[in-house]
Amino acid sequence: MTELFPGVDRQYSRYVQVASTSTVDQTGTSHQWHLLDNESELAEKGITPVGTLLCVHGNPTWSYLWRGLLNHVSENDLPWRVIAVDQLDMGFSARTGVFRRLADRVNDLGDLTNTLEITGAVTTVGHDWGGIISLGWAVAHQHQLANVVLTNTAVHPAGFELPAALRLASHPAVHSWGTKSTDAFLRTTHSLAQPALAPEVRKAFMAPYTQASRRTGVANFVADIPFTEEHPSRPALDAISESVRSLKVPTLLLWGPKDPVFSDRYLRDLIFRLPHADVHRFEGAGHLLPEDRDIAVPVFDWLAAENSTGNIGRAEALTAYSPMLAELDSRTTDHSAAVVDINPAQTLSWAQLGTRVNDLAAGLAQIGVKPGDRVNLLVPPGIELTALIYACLRLGAVIVVADAGLGTKGLGRAIRGAGPSYLIGIDRALTGARVLNWPGTRIAAGDMSAAKRKLLGVQHTIGELLESGAGAAAGGTDFTPADPDADAAVLFTSGSTGPAKGVVYTHRQLAAMRDTLRETYNLKAGSALVAGFAPFALLGPALGATSVTPDMDVTAPRTLTASALADAAAAVDATTVFASPAALANVLDTKDSLNASQLKVLAGVSLMMSAGAPIPEPLLAKVQELVPQARVHTPYGMTEALPVTDIDLDGIRAAGSGNGVCVGTPVAGARVAIAVLDAEGTAGSEPLQTPNLTGEILVRAPHVKERYDRLWITEQLSTSIPGWHRTGDVGHLDESGRLWVEGRMGHVLRTPAGPTTPVAAEQAAESVHGAGRAALVGVGPAGTQAAVIVMESVPSARRAGPAPEALARAVRAAVAPTGTEVSAVLVVPDLPTDIRHNSKIDRAKLASWAAITLAGGRIGKP
Amino acid sequence: MSPQQNPEITRKVLVTGASGLLGGAVAALLRAKGHHVRTFQRRPSAGATDEVLGSLIDPAAMRRATEGMDAVIHLAAKVSFTGSWHDFVSTNITGTHTLLEASKHAGVKDFVFVSSPSVAHFGEPLAGSGAGTADPERARGNYAKSKATAELNALAQDAPDFHVAAIRPHVVWGPGDTQLVERVIERAKGGRLPLLDHGAALIDTTYIDNAAAAIVRGLERMEFAHGRALVVSNGEPRPVGELISGICAAGGAPAPRLNVPGWLARGAGSVIERVWLAAGARNLVHDEPPMTRFLAEQLSTAHWFDQRETREVLDWAPEVSIDEGLHRLAAHYGGVRPRKANRTQVR
Repeated sequence: MTELFPGVDRQYSRYVQVASTSTVDQTGTSHQWHLLDNESELAEKGITPVGTLLCVHGNPTWSYLWRGLLNHVSENDLPWRVIAVDQLDMGFSARTGVFRRLADRVNDLGDLTNTLEITGAVTTVGHDWGGIISLGWAVAHQHQLANVVLTNTAVHPAGFELPAALRLASHPAVHSWGTKSTDAFLRTTHSLAQPALAPEVRKAFMAPYTQASRRTGVANFVADIPFTEEHPSRPALDAISESVRSLKVPTLLLWGPKDPVFSDRYLRDLIFRLPHADVHRFEGAGHLLPEDRDIAVPVFDWLAAENSTGNIGRAEALTAYSPMLAELDSRTTDHSAAVVDINPAQTLSWAQLGTRVNDLAAGLAQIGVKPGDRVNLLVPPGIELTALIYACLRLGAVIVVADAGLGTKGLGRAIRGAGPSYLIGIDRALTGARVLNWPGTRIAAGDMSAAKRKLLGVQHTIGELLESGAGAAAGGTDFTPADPDADAAVLFTSGSTGPAKGVVYTHRQLAAMRDTLRETYNLKAGSALVAGFAPFALLGPALGATSVTPDMDVTAPRTLTASALADAAAAVDATTVFASPAALANVLDTKDSLNASQLKVLAGVSLMMSAGAPIPEPLLAKVQELVPQARVHTPYGMTEALPVTDIDLDGIRAAGSGNGVCVGTPVAGARVAIAVLDAEGTAGSEPLQTPNLTGEILVRAPHVKERYDRLWITEQLSTSIPGWHRTGDVGHLDESGRLWVEGRMGHVLRTPAGPTTPVAAEQAAESVHGAGRAALVGVGPAGTQAAVIVMESVPSARRAGPAPEALARAVRAAVAPTGTEVSAVLVVPDLPTDIRHNSKIDRAKLASWAAITLAGGRIGKP
Repeated sequence: MSPQQNPEITRKVLVTGASGLLGGAVAALLRAKGHHVRTFQRRPSAGATDEVLGSLIDPAAMRRATEGMDAVIHLAAKVSFTGSWHDFVSTNITGTHTLLEASKHAGVKDFVFVSSPSVAHFGEPLAGSGAGTADPERARGNYAKSKATAELNALAQDAPDFHVAAIRPHVVWGPGDTQLVERVIERAKGGRLPLLDHGAALIDTTYIDNAAAAIVRGLERMEFAHGRALVVSNGEPRPVGELISGICAAGGAPAPRLNVPGWLARGAGSVIERVWLAAGARNLVHDEPPMTRFLAEQLSTAHWFDQRETREVLDWAPEVSIDEGLHRLAAHYGGVRPRKANRTQVR
């Protein structure tokens, strides 16, 4: 094969003479088009295509942008014809000498497909302004349109400000200079690639536009952006963007969010117009998405998935569906406490909470919140948040709950990803929203001065909503019950493995989570619980249980003191306590301050549950001393399935030590299976329950998430074993059906001896005298990785580097019986931990640090 | 079962370079397995029953040596940091070529060329790397360049009636080793052994018995090994500092304490190497330079290898672990009182 440009086989390049029917051209005019087309290659291979991808570039790129699609088809012998066009006046197509506007360009594309005599199913693929042109073709050729794929584009700038970069480029003072006389616009666009383009790729993108005379199309494209009502291309744009709503074909939106031009709000606009679309946001990628990321694999996987009729089959629910609001609605005359806040002290009875929820729901409806609208709740746990959650559920609005523990950056990324229409927050959150330009109509949780409202762009307050909604609804029956299978909530993962992922739950799945908790822990209506762990705490009203929020900063679990816990328990005669491991650690640290009556309250607790991360037995034993009458439980789960298994202190003691952390048996309604790792460390596709085989942990339960939010590729991976959720954790089942977690899939070492999970080796290393926490990581290529222990030592090492010889020897000897041969032992002053779970060690970071350190050279910090 | 696969069948094997540590071990192992061994070296060696004296620049001696042999294991080579390129060519390149020709002429069936991983690696850190193809252009230093040429030539001779395999043992050490062990211990005793970059670089080494066993396996498994170059090591990468400390401890020397940045040592090594070569050219020095850029790189950059192919092809795994090897090393030195440094101590 000979290459025309880097990554483009010469055989794909062809020229076609096309008679023009566009109004801008005189009758009888024809133009030469340049295309990349794999038709001849398919014919040579004897492959009959099942359809054609018609790929349309934007400004100022050319068909080169789509080479990845052509190459992927070629390398995998896929039955797809790919035609990537150079639009007229662009790339290596003819310079027509006239100003081609949007309507002309859509018509031009039709002229081309007529000339090429493309019959059969067509998938349009568009980028940048090529997106709307491809959609223009799509709406005009619906009879042969099969699918739509769009990347970083916009169909309508109405109601939005034109992006600053384009506003500048189209300004008369700089337009000609920036786009035609110089190659500034080209350079700027190419510089948007994340990571930067290779020099030869940059050169290839520049190739058709090296002289000013060849850049007229670039300049005209910018000038044709209809950013005013009076613009000549406005009617065409309006027509296309309206017609897009009529497209019902499968649609895939692939997006690079770091795009200064087509930001997330254009994605939200497209989702609004094409609500059935599958969406994947590539966190960290930018405008030149096809350059930034491999889009060929997801595009063709998606096309293959669209052509198959897989039925994943969901897990059976424990009981018939009962809405989340059922308990609340059955207690409209119950004047006992439903929700209690300690600081500031406040109590609402069931009747009061019901009224509050209905008033809020009505108030929200009045300002335009509709079923399916996303409402971002940036309010700390307590009565306010509880009322908001149930009001949204009542309306059918989708709650978006992001944890401030993600940090400002992570939180902003999560919020932008979910793209809520409304943002309800406390002052601090609203300030963040204002400064960082988070999306959504802003609603203040508290009262606010007019000046501050203006400053923060706040349009409503909760007080106003309650007031305007008061009495508007006679009761819950005034609202249409939400569709059980409609989206109810978007929660976020911890972000310990890359950016936090949004996880969507339907009403039915939230209800299933509630039912599972009720069954597993025997949480009867009328019980009372201390809500120290956010996701479960919110279920109190749905369980019919009185819930109390202790006096603590919930974004910092370590602020929960023993006294605060006891006082909260006392306020409601709590029988149940939900807490996180970090919170419990602090409770134990502060337990000496408890007085006799507080101790007595805690002695009345019958269930203590610690969720979030596994707790070592010694810590749990100390917790047991604090709550002597309680069953002490620690569930295992994840944002995508909460909980999965459960174990209590006696169970942990009975299990003893083994390869990993024993997390017990599946909770009510849940099933666990293992996708066994092969010699290369790849998980199989068969869900097995055979004991003592290590593999990826799979979960099947009615309360497993509906899908990842706007992460189509991630969703496909997590559901690739039909009916099961792939957790990304590794572990095994034992003969008693107990699950042992051995770490994360990403933490599995691929040594010459086969895949190795880290937990057993880490526990062995930590057992050595003078050892602190330890992490096992692999360095070197998969399959021949060397095992390395990176650890804290006691006393703490002053600097990172190889461990003292004696320690290294002891660790190697201690780990050897677990089956892992340790090559090197490194000590560090502190192991890096994931920001949200102080307990989760960042092994990915450690592995790359260890690889650099052990390669030789100056030793940096991990 | 072909004779190559059955080590029980006695074969006549010529071992060149049998006066060296590794060559001696290979000859001893072959004898222990019941093979008839003939050795070829410049000076008479102990315990030899059938030996031909001669050097690799003596074609007639090589013809005598290969006569009547079934197989050849070729270890003899000029191994040095210094010396003129001409010397390397005549011994390592021309000598190997002549031996190959003599072997074919004598009807030898199998030829094991003992090479070095340095023929295919060029100074960058190696982590879990494969053997790679020898490259005389990029190999560093006269030794590696000449061995690369010789290996390419040897493997090019591989044919259905004349099987050739290249075995590349990586950093061989053990009792009696003068290349690595003696130097490390001697320098450590003189306080002249620094650690580079805290000795963190991960390196693979080969205990002498394992290296000898793998070379013999190369012959036994020739049916699968021919035409290939296989790196051999213990497959136990260790931080270089830990290895050196282990060797020092076994030899009764203090562990190195001085830490020198790797870049400094590499730079200094380059200078010393140039000075030494210039001095050697004028007959001012005759031994090896105290530090070379190559040595500094060896001590400060990772070099460990993917052993999966080697172990599969040779159907072999090392029998002596590094810990056991160090134990044996200590036993070896345990009988001997630590010698006094016989040189002026330089700090």
